[in-house]
Amino acid sequence: MSQSAPYPDPAMGAPDDAPTGAGAPSAGLTTADGVPLKKSLRRAVRRSKLKALLLVSPLLAFLVIAFVMPIFDMLWRSVDNPEVSTTLSRTVTALEGWDGQSIPDEPVFAALAADLREGQADRSLGLLASRLNYEKSGMRSAVMGSARRIARVEPPYKAALIDINDAWGELDTWQVIQRESSPYTLSYYLAALDRKYSPSGEIVQVPEYMQVYVNLFWRTLWMSAVITLTTLVLGYPIAFLLANLPLRHSNLLMILVLLPFWTSLLVRTTTWIAILQSQGVLNDMMVALGVIADDARWQMMHNKIGTIIAMTHILLPFMILPLYSVMKTIPPSYMHAARSLGGRPFLSFRRVYFPLTIPGMAAGSILVFILAIGYYITPALVGGQSGIFITNYIAYHMQTSLNWGLAAAIASILLFVVIALYMIFNRLVGVDKVKLG
Amino acid sequence: MLKSRLFKGTAMAAVGLSALSLAIGAHAQTLNIVSWGGAYSMSQQKAYNEPWMEKSGDKIVNIDRSGNALAGLRAQSQAGNVTWDLVDMLPADAKIACAEGLIEPIDHDAILADAPDGTPPSEDFVQGSLDECFIPQIVYSNIVAFNTEMFPEDHQPSTIADVFNLEEFPGKRALIRKPINNLEWALVADGVAPADVYDVLSTEEGVQRAFAKLDTIKDQVIWWTEGAQPPQLLADKEVAFASAYNGRMFNAQVSENQPFKIIWDAQVFELDGWVVPTGKLDKVKDYLYFATDTQRLADQAKYISYGPARKSSAPMVSTHAETGIPMKTHMPTYPPNFKTAIPKDNEFWADNNDELTQRFDAWLAQ
Repeated sequence: MSQSAPYPDPAMGAPDDAPTGAGAPSAGLTTADGVPLKKSLRRAVRRSKLKALLLVSPLLAFLVIAFVMPIFDMLWRSVDNPEVSTTLSRTVTALEGWDGQSIPDEPVFAALAADLREGQADRSLGLLASRLNYEKSGMRSAVMGSARRIARVEPPYKAALIDINDAWGELDTWQVIQRESSPYTLSYYLAALDRKYSPSGEIVQVPEYMQVYVNLFWRTLWMSAVITLTTLVLGYPIAFLLANLPLRHSNLLMILVLLPFWTSLLVRTTTWIAILQSQGVLNDMMVALGVIADDARWQMMHNKIGTIIAMTHILLPFMILPLYSVMKTIPPSYMHAARSLGGRPFLSFRRVYFPLTIPGMAAGSILVFILAIGYYITPALVGGQSGIFITNYIAYHMQTSLNWGLAAAIASILLFVVIALYMIFNRLVGVDKVKLG
Repeated sequence: MLKSRLFKGTAMAAVGLSALSLAIGAHAQTLNIVSWGGAYSMSQQKAYNEPWMEKSGDKIVNIDRSGNALAGLRAQSQAGNVTWDLVDMLPADAKIACAEGLIEPIDHDAILADAPDGTPPSEDFVQGSLDECFIPQIVYSNIVAFNTEMFPEDHQPSTIADVFNLEEFPGKRALIRKPINNLEWALVADGVAPADVYDVLSTEEGVQRAFAKLDTIKDQVIWWTEGAQPPQLLADKEVAFASAYNGRMFNAQVSENQPFKIIWDAQVFELDGWVVPTGKLDKVKDYLYFATDTQRLADQAKYISYGPARKSSAPMVSTHAETGIPMKTHMPTYPPNFKTAIPKDNEFWADNNDELTQRFDAWLAQ
């Protein structure tokens, strides 16, 4: 077949489905070259598709490299558990068939000694020590301390290792090693949901004095919802003015909306600190005016109020701009018609104008809500302890505690929550109704 | 015309300079040095970097990433492209990095300079400060300071117990949003001797006791996260007391004339120093030899109130470079300041930080 050639050579014989009798009307339409029109059309479409694909391929590659791969990497890290199975491979093999009821015997300890010796030689015990310490405090020094002295340890290893560190003589140490010996783990997800494995292997809640994350997930969600609502309430009239004022005024207003948008996030956040703190501008003014007493200054910073105010201000443009772009397309004649048909102002607004702005409200709300869930700089600076978000813990575990598995698990849960909310939103409002402009 | 001539002149000068520096240092190079930024980096810049650049012709690039240095080292090592040549970090992080093989083990006596009287480094550095991969530079301290204007002149706080005494010394307190230091201070304020703090803290009752003591001031505490916050909060009189690194408070006292006073009682001190990322030892060897010698460490104390980690540097500590005040009494290691000092137990915190931090956070959220 000569399919690869752009124009089939008549000498080589025509393709199977091509008409043999040139110009025979019953054989269908052909192009000037004698190629059937259908085929030529298909080829042209394929070529233009290919061209389009080539044009978007840089973007596609960017998306894959910058979004898809990191997300899968994150999901992978949240269950990846190589430390015990690779670094303590001999111990794990020796532990097979252990009943979990009593301290293991000499062969397991001998295997542990061999693993520690090797790990000490090639400096691979650090990650193992951290990993085990997440499950049981004290394991870091148990592993590192034993490894430092392993060169001088003589059999019998059981007595010698327990002598170096009591942790080796505790049942739950060995239960942790056995449980975490699989190359995948759910421990990070459990930790991210304030749960853990009990010594017998059941999933239980951590004690109340250790519970942190579940509350933060809820707080992040409800505070983001409040912030979305306040931006909507504040942004709606502004967007309405923007869309309906004469051009001269609306341009000025637009600049006022965009100016803070172009200002650095940190500057806007710290400005709010200067204004709202208890010795700040607002409190000073209120005291000077006699509205509040000097010793009863309002606490508006380093708490939830601070976070909500600062984030509402920062995210406001993301609500106003989609609303504005939708309102701009609503012809004023609709409202005139409603009025001339006898509708009172509020009724005409509610029945005519408001429903037409729903796509803008939906777009602004989902934009602000998803941005709010992911914010962490502003809550970290103005939120104090009561106003921080779950994202601050992702940053903490990425940068400070270096528990990347836990950071990945928290981030993955957040991703699942956002996807779930998006699907609910799609069901209720319909993503196809969303308009950004 | 003028511009292009100017450009040509500058270019020529630059070529000349680099040729000169090539002639001086046999192999002038660029060193990427990671440190803490702010006043601390400035003290290193003045005391070691500038003299070294002049001497060797090397170019030093300062990177202010020590706050997350361990994460950075891990990420660079996993990516197989370590760009940092020398990193300033805390001994606890150095222990972890060392165990993970991210940094070089150091033979201190072979690599570092002897003291002027010939004492080898292993004896000259403060006792117990040398660790397998760690080269100490300074002793710094976590202290609580207060604003003297917020209390009557005849009734000023002086002990860590006063920080927990809301009746006699009312006002907000700014404390670091971490269990480290706070749990130690809570126990000392509750009557535990500084030497026994970590023994008590190793028991469940001890932890409960510390949290119970913190409970008594909890609603008066503002929790800070960045080192720059406490002096600011104290200067704004947002708080009466603030915990901080002693160098920051010194800067506010001396350079900005703030009416602050440091409570040295129960200061929690530790070291800070250099670590060398794996494979970089040859590159930074000469710089390290120079930057950690007796004179350089003593010079650093002209710019910041952190004590030199070498015993031989201590007698050479002189006056503050800008204001000329004597630095000795501002050092954490000055004997009257040092009487009730607690050496931070890095082994304890390496084991318990994860768990106690989560417990502390849960306690904060209650």
